[in-house]
Amino acid sequence: MKHLLGIEGLDRVGAERILDRAESFAEVGRRDIKKVPTLRGRTIVNLFYESSTRTLSSFELAAKRLSADVVSIKAAGSAVDKGESLKDTVATLSAYDPAAIVIRHPHAGAARLVADWTDASVVNAGDGKHEHPSQALLDVYTLRARLGSLEGLRIWIVGDVLHSRVARSCLLAFALMGAEVTLCGPPTLVPPELAEATGCAISYELDGIAEADVVYALRMQRERMGESFVPSLREYVARYQIDSRRLGPRQLLMHPGPVNRGVELSPEVIDSPQSLITSQVESGLVVRMAILYELLAGSERARPDRGPAPADPPRIGQPA
Amino acid sequence: MSPNLASRAAAAADLVIRGARVVDPRAEIDEPRDVVVRGGEIAELAAAGEASEPERAEVVEAEGMLVTPAFVDPHVHLRVPGQEHKEDLETGTRAAAAGGYCAVVAMANTSPPIDSASVLGSVRELAEQEAAIPTGFVATVSRGMAGEELTEMAELRDAGAVGFSDDGLPVANARVLRRALQYQRLAGGVIALHEEDPDLSGEGVMHEGEVSALLGLAGIPASSEATTIARDCALALDEGARVHVQHLSARASVEAIAAAKDAGTQVTCEATPHHLVLTDEEVRSLDARLKMNPPLRAEDDRLALIDGLRDGTIDCVATDHAPHALEEKEVPFEQAAMGVTGLETAFAVLHTELVLPGTLPLELIVERMTAGGEPFGIPAPRIEPGAAANLALIDPDQEWTVGADGYESRSENSCFASRELTGRVLMTVAAGAVAYRQRSFAMGVAE
Repeated sequence: MKHLLGIEGLDRVGAERILDRAESFAEVGRRDIKKVPTLRGRTIVNLFYESSTRTLSSFELAAKRLSADVVSIKAAGSAVDKGESLKDTVATLSAYDPAAIVIRHPHAGAARLVADWTDASVVNAGDGKHEHPSQALLDVYTLRARLGSLEGLRIWIVGDVLHSRVARSCLLAFALMGAEVTLCGPPTLVPPELAEATGCAISYELDGIAEADVVYALRMQRERMGESFVPSLREYVARYQIDSRRLGPRQLLMHPGPVNRGVELSPEVIDSPQSLITSQVESGLVVRMAILYELLAGSERARPDRGPAPADPPRIGQPA
Repeated sequence: MSPNLASRAAAAADLVIRGARVVDPRAEIDEPRDVVVRGGEIAELAAAGEASEPERAEVVEAEGMLVTPAFVDPHVHLRVPGQEHKEDLETGTRAAAAGGYCAVVAMANTSPPIDSASVLGSVRELAEQEAAIPTGFVATVSRGMAGEELTEMAELRDAGAVGFSDDGLPVANARVLRRALQYQRLAGGVIALHEEDPDLSGEGVMHEGEVSALLGLAGIPASSEATTIARDCALALDEGARVHVQHLSARASVEAIAAAKDAGTQVTCEATPHHLVLTDEEVRSLDARLKMNPPLRAEDDRLALIDGLRDGTIDCVATDHAPHALEEKEVPFEQAAMGVTGLETAFAVLHTELVLPGTLPLELIVERMTAGGEPFGIPAPRIEPGAAANLALIDPDQEWTVGADGYESRSENSCFASRELTGRVLMTVAAGAVAYRQRSFAMGVAE
C-alpha cells in the first residue's frame, strides 16, 4: 500500500493488516521505552491546513515512536498564508525527500492531488467533508479491541452526517468489517443519497436506537443553525441528544471528539462506563503508527535511489 | 453571414472537394458529391467525380470523408477583455475553427463585462484584427452583471450586440428580468439565460446526488435550474418576449422547456456535449477538469437531454467553451474555477458517443450543431450553390486522443482529455475562407 487516501479503495485484508499491526504496537506502548527503530532516518511531514489537536498530535507522536524525523507545518503563519498554492508547497516539501506526507486540508480530494505531485506516501488526515480514514480505522480498532469483531454489529451513526468526513469514512469502514450501519439525524443533515449509494439504513428519529449495539455520535456545529439545517439547538437536543435515558446499559458509545457537552451528548453518558471516547484517543496513536508502518515499511518498497530500507526487518516489541 | 459578426480579413477560397459524403439536412442532401467553391462561394454541387475544376483551385480528394455545413456555437467564452491568460480572440476562434465551427457567439462575462457600447466596440474592433471566424458578441443584461440596472440595450444593439446575456450568473431578480424582457420590444435581441437559483445552488460545486453525498461536496440540486427556467419562461410568455435558455442539464429542465413551448412561449434552448455524454459519476475522480456550472448530472438527466435533442425540445448544441488557466484548475475540486473547454472536441464527442453507437443519427447532430446562431439572428449555414462557403471537412473514421497533440485553445481544461475519439475535423471553411487545416491533413496537401 503506497497511500492511505480514504477507506474507499481499502480492502478488508489491508484494513485488518493495519489493525493487527496496531495491536502489536499497543504492546510496545505498555513498555517503559516506547520507541522502535523502524523508521529511523526517514522523514515524515505533517501538513495541516486546518487546526487539529488530536489528529496532529497523534500523528506526530506516532512518527516519533517509530523513530522518524518529523516536521509539522500548520497553514497559519506559513507560506500558505502568503498565497502559495498547494502544488508549490508540496513541491517545496518534496525537496526534503520525505517518506510520507500526512495532510489535512479543508477541501475534498486534496490528499489525492498531493499523491499525484509527490513521490512520498500520502496519508489523508481529513480532506474537506470527504474522508478521514485514520479516524475510521482507530474506531474500528477500538471496537475490535472491545468486542473482538464487528461482524453483524449494529452501529448507529447519529448527528450531522452531511458535513462529517468522519461519518463517511466510518460508514464505509464499519460496513467493510461486516457491521450494519444506520444513519440517524434530521432529514436536512442525513442525505438519503448517501444511504442509497452505500446500502445503509436511515432513520430520522431515535425511536429505534435500542437495536443498536454501538451508538456513534457526531459533533453538532453551531453554525448549522444559521444555515437553516435545524431550527434551533434546543430542538436538536430534544430530538437527537444521546443521554442516559436513550442509551441502554448494553450499548457502547463513541464520539470522534471534540465533544459539545450537553449538545450531542449529555454529560453523564460521556463519563459513563459505556463510553469508549477515551479508548478512541488511545487507539489513535497505535493505529497511526500502524498506518505509517504499513505505508513505509509494510511492504519491501525500499528504492535503490533512496538508500537502504530499515536495516533489519523491523521487529516490533524490540525497544530501540 | 450576419452583419453583426466580426472577423479578420481572409482570402476567399477556391476549392474542389471531390467525392465526400455531403450531409446537409436543411438542403436534404446525404450523398457523395463534388463541392466546388469559387471565390468563397459554393459554385457547384455536382455528382461525385463530375465537377469541373476551376483554375488554380485546390483539389481535395475526399472519398470516404464527410462534408457538412460548418457548425455555429451560440455559447463560448473568449475571455476578452481582461482574461487573456485564459484565452483570446485569436486562440479561441482558432479552437472553434479546429472544431469545424464557422461562427461563434461570445459571452459578455469578461473583465470588465461587455456592458457598454464602448467596450463592445473595442472587442468588435479587435475581432476584425484577430478572429479566425465570424464572431458575434452578446452584451450583458445588467450593468456590471450586478443584476440590478439594465444596460443601454438599445444602444448596444445599434453597436452590434447579437443579443444579451449575464451568462455566468443568472438574472436572479425577477423584476429586473421582466424589465429587460419588456425593453426587448425597443431594443430587440434575444435574451439568453443562465438558469440557476443562487439560493438553491448555494456553495454547491457539483450535482447533488449520490456522488456528492459520498464525496462530501456541497451539491447543486437540479431544481435550482428547473425552477428558474419555469419562472423565466412564465415571464417571457407574459411579456411576449423571446428568450434562449442556456446549457440545460436536467430532466426537469427539459420538461419545463417542453411545457413552455407547448404554452406558446418564444423560447429556444441549448445543451452541451458534456451534459449529453457525461454524468456526475465522472466526478468521483475529483478531477477539477470535470467541474462546470451547470454540473454534470445523473444518467436519467443525460438521457432526458438526448431525448430532448432528438425531439427538438432542445434546439441546438452549444459548447459553453470556458477556458481556464492551469493554475485555476490544479487545485482541490472545491476551489477550482467552473468551466470546461469544448470547441475542439464537440463534434468528435457527439459522433463517438451518440452517432456511432446508434443513439442519434448523424443528420440530427449536424442539424443541431449548425442551428446555434438562429436565436441570435445568425442563419444556419447551408450547402447550396450561391451560398457563402461554410463547410466542415471531416474524416469520420480517424481516431485520435484528446490533448495528445495539444490544443489550439490557450487552455487545457477539457473534460474529455485523454479520451479516444473517432471522427476528426480536417478542414474548416468559414465565410468563404479556409479557417483551419488539421496538421497532418495540411501536410498531406503540401506533398
